[in-house]
Amino acid sequence: MAHEGDPVSIHVEGISKRFGDAVALDDVSLEVETGSLTALLGPSGGGKSTLLRIIAGLDTPDTGVVRIEGEDLTTTPARSRGVGFCFQHYAPFRHLTVRRNVAFGLEIRRRPKAEIKARVDELLELVGLSHLGDRYPSQLSGGQRQRMALARALAIEPKVLLLDEPFGALDAQVRTQLRQWLRDLHDTLHVTTVLVTHDQEEAMEVADRLAIINHGRLEQVGTPADMYDHPANEFVLTFLGPATRLGGQWVRPHDLALHHDEGARPTPDAVPGTVSRITHLGFEVKVDVTLDDGACWVQLSRGTAADLGLAPGQRVWVVRTESTGPASEPETRSESAHDGEPEATEAARVSAAAQGGA
Amino acid sequence: MSRARTTRPRWRLPLRFAVLGYLTILILLPVGTVFYRAFQHGLGVAWDSFTAPDALHALWLTLLVAAIAVPLNTAFGVGVSLILARHRFPGAWLLDAFVDIPLAISPVVIGLGLILVYGKTGWFGNWLAARGITVIFSLPGIIMASAAVSLPYVVREVLPVLQEIGTEQEQAARTLGARPLSVFWRITLPNIRRGLAYGVTLTTARVLGEFGAVAIVSGNIVNKTQTLTLFISTSIDNLDPNSAYVGAVALCVAALLVLTLLTVTDRRRSEWHTKATL
Repeated sequence: MAHEGDPVSIHVEGISKRFGDAVALDDVSLEVETGSLTALLGPSGGGKSTLLRIIAGLDTPDTGVVRIEGEDLTTTPARSRGVGFCFQHYAPFRHLTVRRNVAFGLEIRRRPKAEIKARVDELLELVGLSHLGDRYPSQLSGGQRQRMALARALAIEPKVLLLDEPFGALDAQVRTQLRQWLRDLHDTLHVTTVLVTHDQEEAMEVADRLAIINHGRLEQVGTPADMYDHPANEFVLTFLGPATRLGGQWVRPHDLALHHDEGARPTPDAVPGTVSRITHLGFEVKVDVTLDDGACWVQLSRGTAADLGLAPGQRVWVVRTESTGPASEPETRSESAHDGEPEATEAARVSAAAQGGA
Repeated sequence: MSRARTTRPRWRLPLRFAVLGYLTILILLPVGTVFYRAFQHGLGVAWDSFTAPDALHALWLTLLVAAIAVPLNTAFGVGVSLILARHRFPGAWLLDAFVDIPLAISPVVIGLGLILVYGKTGWFGNWLAARGITVIFSLPGIIMASAAVSLPYVVREVLPVLQEIGTEQEQAARTLGARPLSVFWRITLPNIRRGLAYGVTLTTARVLGEFGAVAIVSGNIVNKTQTLTLFISTSIDNLDPNSAYVGAVALCVAALLVLTLLTVTDRRRSEWHTKATL
């Protein structure tokens, strides 16, 4: 289905869209690689669904151009774009059986009956619904409806597949299964896929590229690992994973280590503080530390926390073990922060590797 | 369901009797008596009254009017519902309110209005007469009056259904390659079928039974512009009760036939909907 020749399948340029006074998209440009699985990620109401609908031709942009496989489709109606679209609530045709739902796009195209039957059989097999072909959508579970909607969208052999919050309406367990299933399906079909989600964990698990959209603007595009480690700005950093502030800079809490405040400052940039709270979350232990100029939290493994023998009220040094985060304004740390008890004993050294942070 | 459970048993029986009694007093007894009277002198007498030329003509005219007015209002009702449900435009609330006017005002007023506009001395009367078109005291007037009084029913049944189903199925059909007309026939219409069937039933019943508006515009000319309801009324005035009873029975049977037909087709076609409620 993917055209091997063109490395870029979807190309949107300078897309802006307003709904009345509200700006849904503000000058968004994005390229989606052929055969990739890209997630449009961002908080609800950030404009990502609008972008997906504009690519499908269900909404029209105020300005900008939409190209699919090099062809300018900005003014082409949805029916002629060759785009498969799955709605958040699947939009099943309630009066048609599963088979007829999947066959819909082929019936519209007036394909021969035998061809339609063969193709529908094949698709139902692919999504694991062969035994449910004669049921009506109301007789399916949420996950089955989702897969039916996918088969229906795939039936027209779309150039690109667009999924709007594909797992949003499912319960947690089914959601996890379907994520893996979708990933496998994509690895089989290689059809260029764009999905919209507000769940960063889901996006990082399923997609091989992320595009983060917030307040109608594209914040950053890249691979999940790259963006997690090198976020372009504060929003991306805080949205993609846990973050805390130390010495005026954002850090990931698992990139921090604690030392007993019984010896000399372990590193030049160590910050003194007091343990205020220790929360055990299974493997992970969350330690809240009150600093002289604020508060931060540190994520430790259970073993590391046990070795340190932490207790609330204890004085500690907080040390960065890994540099992440965007270059934010480097506040000059006041030297007077070093007013903890300077009694010298050995500090429990916690290596970055022991935390599994890398 | 839960309401039935919370009703205490000792109230259940009196309640049933109250409902049944109310129905009997208002509907079953009067209609039953009409049926009894129609056939009290035997089937032969009833048949003779029924096959009298003026009775047959009245029946024929009533069915003809229904056959034209009901499809007109069905098309209009679906169209207005689609406009109100799918488009935002200034004055939509006004259109919505206008549709209800026939429910609020007396059919007599509607008939009178039609005469004032399309009658010989009316605004368009001369213009129409010059082109050989008579509206008032003629078939077009009867159809217009019937359509006017039965106008709201399809809209009131279809509009809520359209609002409830939303537009996602239609959008999905578009992305799958369907043209607007195709979307309507394949997706929208099957989804509103239930509401539409009910709206058409109400419209038909209203058209068949309309008296006031038609009485004013038709002129009640025997064998020309006399519908079944006018025929019944005239027969009573002419001290010909047998004809009135038989006409009444014919009216009931026609209405029941329409109702049955719609129920049967609806039930057969809406299996998916029944299953949806499982």
